[in-house]
Amino acid sequence: MNLTLHVWRQKGPRERGRFVTYRATDVSADMSFLEMLDVVNEGLLLKGEEPIAFDHDCREGICGACGMVINGRPHGPKARTTTCQLHLRSFRDGQELWLEPWRSRAFPVVKDLIVDRGAFDRVIQAGGYISAAIGSAPDANAVPIRKENADLAMDAAACIGCGACVAACPNGSAMLFTAAKISHLGLLAQGQPERYERAAAMVETMDAEGFGSCTNHNECEAACPKGISVAFIARLNADFVRARLTEGRRLEQVGEGGV
Amino acid sequence: MTTATAPAALRLKVPYVASTIGRKVVMAVTGLVLFGFVLVHMIGNLTLYAGPEAMDGYSRFLHTFLHGGGLWIARVVLLTCAVLHVWSAASLTLDSWAARPVGYRLWKAKDSTYASRTMRWGGVILFLFIIFHILNLTLGHFDPGYVPGDVYANVVHAFRQWPVSVFYIVAMFALGLHLDHGVWSLFHTLGFSHPRYKRWLREAARGFAILLVVGNCSFPIAVLAGWVR
Ligand code: HEM
Ligand code: FES
Repeated sequence: MNLTLHVWRQKGPRERGRFVTYRATDVSADMSFLEMLDVVNEGLLLKGEEPIAFDHDCREGICGACGMVINGRPHGPKARTTTCQLHLRSFRDGQELWLEPWRSRAFPVVKDLIVDRGAFDRVIQAGGYISAAIGSAPDANAVPIRKENADLAMDAAACIGCGACVAACPNGSAMLFTAAKISHLGLLAQGQPERYERAAAMVETMDAEGFGSCTNHNECEAACPKGISVAFIARLNADFVRARLTEGRRLEQVGEGGV
Repeated sequence: MTTATAPAALRLKVPYVASTIGRKVVMAVTGLVLFGFVLVHMIGNLTLYAGPEAMDGYSRFLHTFLHGGGLWIARVVLLTCAVLHVWSAASLTLDSWAARPVGYRLWKAKDSTYASRTMRWGGVILFLFIIFHILNLTLGHFDPGYVPGDVYANVVHAFRQWPVSVFYIVAMFALGLHLDHGVWSLFHTLGFSHPRYKRWLREAARGFAILLVVGNCSFPIAVLAGWVR
């Protein structure tokens, strides 16, 4: 099959970008989207042109490295699918496709379709961890956890941090990502000691990174390749409000300076 | 024993209300108060159908409740809520616009709704309408025959002027859309959401929105049709 690609080309973070049109000719419908781009890039290299830069690593939908907006949808038209797991059979022969990077102030374009998602790492650094004594692995069932909570924590932990939620959100908000990260820890016994500090610190960092403000459009859930539910956003809201309400008590216990 | 790792900051560097979620909570709480108000307001206005004595009597009740203090308490609370609601909406909107300096060439909506995408401009219509509405029916502007306290007659005068009725009806559709999204969204913002009752919540929000649009639009329509004179 043949496709016409309008690709966002941008040499570097401070350069001006523009769309350049390429043709993918005689590609197989069974190719993945990234394989198709590989073929286009080989053609560009043969002509001595700069190949299209795009992010990828595992190519099996688990690492979260890949991602671009394809015809107005992050990761393309197929639900619960990363760009690397998308196949050309999801498109029509002769279709025109617009390929754009995630658009967010917090995700500056590095080159072409690659953005810097370091902002996510900094949100994680602010509280996406637990403090526990290290040692040998604890006995599997030593800490009882409700089955529902274990399942929900797993659902939240399915987040691969690809950034499609931010890309899809009309507000450029990172609430779904942050909510997934606080939920998968906050639902487990091991995550309780820092539960409210975690919500407060991660939201504060999320705001400081320049993400927008959620208005419950639900576009993030629709775009998430892992189908993470916006119900986790309500959970984050609740934890954040409770962090405010319990702040005095915690300060009293630990002292103004913290530990 | 020493603690190996310091827990995340106990105190935020910015106050909670200044955070995005803090301002959203302000928007949700004030939105809930305003929603309660428009519901009671609509129910009270149904006295229009019971005739001039009923409506003017209802108005007298409001004006004399708690020796006249009740109305002022309500006005102060509502004005405070309106100011905080518009402040949080405006500041969060600017933050969200700033979060995407370069837009998409192509963007397709999937799970967002027309209502959710028009909250901001719908809010602006509501804002203009509220100013007009107070000037018109509370302060008596745009109506040469306005008599304070003669509420029934004032309402009938006002709605006999078709541009007033049209603006009123347009604003009520804006209100309906605003509440179709707002009334379920506010619960989500306050942390109450569960897949099991989310659908129910969305349908309840839609039900209230339709109830308000139908109830409120019935007043100008009844006047224009001559059912209420
Ligand atoms: C005066 C002008 C108004 C403006 C500019 C305005 C603007 C907004 C905006 C931008 C939102 C956030 C949208 C979102 O979260 O998706 C919102 C939410 C809301 N508004 Fe308004 N609004 C106005 C008046 C009103 C009125 C009169 C009512 C009540 C009858 C109301 C009730 C609500 C409710 C219940 C919410 C939901 C809060 C939430 O999502 O957490 N608003 N408004
Ligand atoms: S390349 Fe790893 S998820 Fe797509």
